[in-house]
Amino acid sequence: MSAHPLILAGLDGDRTWRLQDYVARGGYEALKKIIRDKTPPDEIIAEMKASGLRGRGGAGFPSGLKWSFMPRSFPGDKYLACNSDEGEPGTFKDRDILRYNPHTVIEGMVIAAYAMGCTRGYNYIHGEIFEVYQRFEEALAEARAAGLLGQHILRSDFSFDLFAHHGYGAYICGEETALLESIEGKKGQPRFKPPFPASFGIYGKPTTINNTETFASVPFILSGGGEAFQNLGKPNNGGTKIFSISGHVNRPGNYELNLGTPFSELLALAGGVRGGRKLKAVIPGGSSAPVLPANVIMDCTLDYDAISKAGSMLGSGAVIVMDESTCMVKALERLSYFYHEESCGQCTPCREGTGWLYRIIHRIEHGLGRADDLDLLRSVAGNISGRTICALGDAAAMPVQSFVKHFGDEFAYHVEHKKCLVPPEIQAVGSQIYVSPSC
Amino acid sequence: MLEIEIDGKAVQVPDGCTVMDAATVAGVHIPHFCYHKKLSIAASCRMCLVQVEKAPKPLPACATPVTGGMKVWTQSEAVVKAQRGVMEFLLINHPLDCPICDQGGECQLQDIAVGYGDVQSRYQEEKRVVFNKNFGPLVSSDASRCINCTRCVRFTTEIAGLMELGQANRSEHAEIMTFVERTIDSELSGNLIDLCPVGALTSKPFRFSARSWELSRLRSVSPHDALGTNLIVQTRHDKVKRVLPFENSAVNDCWLSDKDRFSYEALASDARLTQPLIRQGETWQEVGWQEALEFVATHLQGIARERGGDAIGALASPHSTVEELFLLQKLVRGLGSQNVDFRLRQSDFRADPVRAGAPWLGMAVADVDTLDRLLVIGSFLRKDAPLLAQRVRQAVRRNGLQVSAVGPNAEDWLLPVRERALVAPADMVDTLAGIAVALAAKRGEALAEALVEDVAARVGGEPSAAANAIAENLASGEKVALWLGNLAVQHARGAELQVWAQEIARLGGGSFGFIGEAANSVGGYLAGAVPGAQGADAQALIRTPRAAYVLLGAEPALDFADGAATEAALGAAALVVALGAFDAPSIRNVADVMLPITPFSETAGTFVNCEGRVQSFNAVVQPLGNARPGWKVLRVLGNLLEISGFSQETAEAVRDEALGDNISARLDNAVTRVAPARTVVTGLQRVADVPIHFADPLVRHAPSLQKSGDAAAPVARMAQPTLDALGLNSGDRVRVSSGAGQVELTAVVDDGVARGCVRVAAAHPATVALGPLVGELSVERV
Amino acid sequence: MLSQESLQQIDQEIAKYPSGQKQSAVMAALRIAQVEKGWLPKDVIEFVANYLGMPPIAAYEVASFYNMYDLTPVGRHKITVCTNLPCALSGGVNAAEYLKQKLGIDFNETTPDGKFTLKEGECMGACGDAPVLLVNNHKMCSWMTTEKIDQWLAELENK
Repeated sequence: MSAHPLILAGLDGDRTWRLQDYVARGGYEALKKIIRDKTPPDEIIAEMKASGLRGRGGAGFPSGLKWSFMPRSFPGDKYLACNSDEGEPGTFKDRDILRYNPHTVIEGMVIAAYAMGCTRGYNYIHGEIFEVYQRFEEALAEARAAGLLGQHILRSDFSFDLFAHHGYGAYICGEETALLESIEGKKGQPRFKPPFPASFGIYGKPTTINNTETFASVPFILSGGGEAFQNLGKPNNGGTKIFSISGHVNRPGNYELNLGTPFSELLALAGGVRGGRKLKAVIPGGSSAPVLPANVIMDCTLDYDAISKAGSMLGSGAVIVMDESTCMVKALERLSYFYHEESCGQCTPCREGTGWLYRIIHRIEHGLGRADDLDLLRSVAGNISGRTICALGDAAAMPVQSFVKHFGDEFAYHVEHKKCLVPPEIQAVGSQIYVSPSC
Repeated sequence: MLEIEIDGKAVQVPDGCTVMDAATVAGVHIPHFCYHKKLSIAASCRMCLVQVEKAPKPLPACATPVTGGMKVWTQSEAVVKAQRGVMEFLLINHPLDCPICDQGGECQLQDIAVGYGDVQSRYQEEKRVVFNKNFGPLVSSDASRCINCTRCVRFTTEIAGLMELGQANRSEHAEIMTFVERTIDSELSGNLIDLCPVGALTSKPFRFSARSWELSRLRSVSPHDALGTNLIVQTRHDKVKRVLPFENSAVNDCWLSDKDRFSYEALASDARLTQPLIRQGETWQEVGWQEALEFVATHLQGIARERGGDAIGALASPHSTVEELFLLQKLVRGLGSQNVDFRLRQSDFRADPVRAGAPWLGMAVADVDTLDRLLVIGSFLRKDAPLLAQRVRQAVRRNGLQVSAVGPNAEDWLLPVRERALVAPADMVDTLAGIAVALAAKRGEALAEALVEDVAARVGGEPSAAANAIAENLASGEKVALWLGNLAVQHARGAELQVWAQEIARLGGGSFGFIGEAANSVGGYLAGAVPGAQGADAQALIRTPRAAYVLLGAEPALDFADGAATEAALGAAALVVALGAFDAPSIRNVADVMLPITPFSETAGTFVNCEGRVQSFNAVVQPLGNARPGWKVLRVLGNLLEISGFSQETAEAVRDEALGDNISARLDNAVTRVAPARTVVTGLQRVADVPIHFADPLVRHAPSLQKSGDAAAPVARMAQPTLDALGLNSGDRVRVSSGAGQVELTAVVDDGVARGCVRVAAAHPATVALGPLVGELSVERV
Repeated sequence: MLSQESLQQIDQEIAKYPSGQKQSAVMAALRIAQVEKGWLPKDVIEFVANYLGMPPIAAYEVASFYNMYDLTPVGRHKITVCTNLPCALSGGVNAAEYLKQKLGIDFNETTPDGKFTLKEGECMGACGDAPVLLVNNHKMCSWMTTEKIDQWLAELENK
């Protein structure tokens, strides 16, 4: 068994999220120890580096290294931001962390603030999960009341204020600089980098941004030690990771596994492919990650390096499972519509290109494809990729490039025969409303 | 300095510059749309992508900082591929109908598409349609052409100071708009036309009237405010078709105010005078120049002979050229009179005998960028000097300049005012004295001896809190300046304001000077268009009417400190000779002869701007009809009158004679003591602004500007407590009365007006009856 | 323009940000205003902008950028259905079709009685709960079988 859950361990849904429950699980011990021992910030950052923790939001950047980028001797406010703007199709882990274990995020952020000398923090929470935002506000109130947040935390010299900022429906705010803009009360259009947030973040002040799950991992790293966390996973892929599995499986949901666990194990945990149908393809890291055909993913372990070697990305750990009833053109059409809809409109290739991609795929799906459309798709995607301010351009291009690469025949069939390779009645079975019996 | 390599060429560039800056240094052109040197960097059009050694992806030149040893390629295969890709995206939704687009021929998209576009489009879907907006009378919208570079949004926010435009929506639905279909009301709005790289924002007055390649480009100088904005006047078939900025980083940068840009429409106005006219009772007779000038010469000579030179007065607009002003004063002096003035809206001339030289800004315009403290006294800065205000705004944004203000008005200058003494006109002298006293205390210095006595008599108690705060602010500065604005110049005790500004500047270790009301507010002094010791100034010439007046480029009702009194004085004169470009009712009412002289576009001339910069220009078109350059008319008149010294062949010769060769030695704001005047205030005090689009005859005749928000009819603005004291509500119709007359206006609440004051605009037909710009008014509900 | 209660809530949001950074509260303020008014008319947006000391067009940029703000009137209950790929694989599109048929309206339409508006949503970050509906922006409904949709509609009908 490769599951040693940390973040999701000992939780009982809506019943165990409060401060007292978290404390009963050993919560805030890491923080208390740091305050009591006056642990030097450098030691904390060293521990983070030793843990091998890589950013859980998608890019997988080593967190300890990121923390070390914050300027030490900056006069005035330094900021900390938590990215809970989880809107990448397939990803739904941060919502569960925030509603079932909010204090682990708060504790992680307080420790991070201590390590980096931050004075203020914001948790940017995805617009569509208002109830989770409200609960997080309650958790913040609990922490403040207990002296775990605010002025003189645990009666020490260390002060840190943390607030929740609620989004209101823009995928792009998951991009860290768009998120900063949004916190400043602007539309979420990403900033050009450099300057990077570590030198010019919220209100132009040094800022570090980490994902919810990243912060949630921090207390466990500090209490159990970086090395122990590292050892849960593989070298360069330390710790546990929450995988959100959705689509054609019997038990969709969040599963916290050690990095390096075989994909087949996750699939088994999720109850296997629904209705005993055949696995067709898996997007292993959220909708922006390249799709992998069944035979490739079945041989993969779930960690940054292995998925990358297979030609995709572990990303946010959002695993979208598609079985043989799936029309890959239709699937891509929906994803391309999403990127078109969510483009911030700022830079030319993305603003103009995402709509173009969607329209080409739309016409292929609707039997109006043209002979040179696959070349056109590849070319337009290529012209977006790597030419935009932020990664949304790449995110829009990668699904197109990978779907056409692995399932080109299906696209060509659509163009040639004006219909789908997967018979409509089979598709209908796969798109039926399905709710797992356990829900 | 850093050394880098661009396209194999080594260049030295300053630290902190971008690849785009470096390319400019290297003489390499990188195509771009959203980048503009005066705006913040968006890096969004992606047209300037270049290849940088070791970078995995192409990088935008505009936003990529240079690092030592960097190698950049701007023409490599990868770069061209990236740029062609971006160009294709820009074009897929752009209407490809350049032949019917007003921007055609001067469109950056069109130009760059020639180099980077394809012959055939691969995009076969329907193009996006974006509905046009009504941005007002000046800027036209063709929204489907927009490429969302957001230069316009950044301009309104950063340069004009108020975000009037935004990019609403997202994705390909993003579009540029104002809030709720509002018009763009900035006095700098026309710059949007120059900034827009495509045909999405074009000039409403100009559009579709000519193609850019048909137009001649000629340099000129704006005849409006005291900055002396440099112009390119574009003409076709001997008509001025439009006006563009000529970039001059020391004066106007690359900007124009809307007044500078759109006043050219007045050049073709029906109100232009094109033939000399002589009054025949109630009618006017068109006559030839010979007859007209002989008539003038004969009558002027007659009056001089019969009643003496002192019976003649000359009043010239400060928008006249140096040449005109110089020859006018020479003419009048040749007739034995010292009565000449160009300071038509001024009412306090007590500084004349005690001033050291010609009043000016006291510093170079470009040095605004290096100031850290500025105190603006009695100014409607933003509307009176839009581009000077813009420069101040940039100095605040970029260099941390702190601006304070003293005056009865606190309208939004779209820049932060740190400390403000919002005081009635009658309290301004006391306020300045208070600042001086507080500053002296802070500096541990004594007040100038001459002022100690005044202070004892006047300030009495402690300086006000606002005066203290301003003194504190000035004391903390290293590079300090004080500017006296138009309201200070027109103030009933303007000379005392000057004295105290001088003292504050001395104590603060800074400079002081005048923003200047008009294009030749400095030039008029240098040209000698001011009365000599025995002469009468502009006010005296109205208070003590003369038998004959020569009027140059001014309208009696609208261009004087007291329009009503001016009309009365001139109306009673035996002879009024009016030289001007425009016909006007108040000229017709008083003149006996109207001589059509040409505006700036049809004559050679010179303006000396507020910093003492001499800027000469040539005619860009032939005179309209029988109008003639003013300097030539005056020269002929001088000859007819047989006055010596009127034999100049060229405008340059007149200028050289007028200005000599050491201008800077004659610029001096120093004054010695002016005895304090006591003012007893019993009623409401008038605060009179001269609205931006009414300040001179040219702009008053410009139709599109007269449709803009800045040309709105005058109202009576009062602070809420003032309204309350009068039992009035905002929106009430009120009768506003002065000793001279009364008018009916709408009362409007405006907490940017000092208590006990009514702000009523001058220079407008609707308020002429109120008489003087300064003084008391009463207000009652109609 | 807005009730005391709404203004109080907005003030609480403003307090989350450093002084001089009121604009940061614009998203929350627009949300609070929308809850009170049902949607965001332009004068309400302008009021919020003035309340926060920012240019109205900057507030409009925000209101038109984030897609949970309604710049046109909606029914008393706005139902947003996620049809994105992970949801669609578990019946998200079918749930939306079912709603369309039950309510007799298409996406972006409102029932003639003004009770329901139907919207197509993008990823709500709850793919494991598919099919997912969002009711009036703030209430998330998970695992929406046709039976549960019927139940919900019946409940909302009377609200």
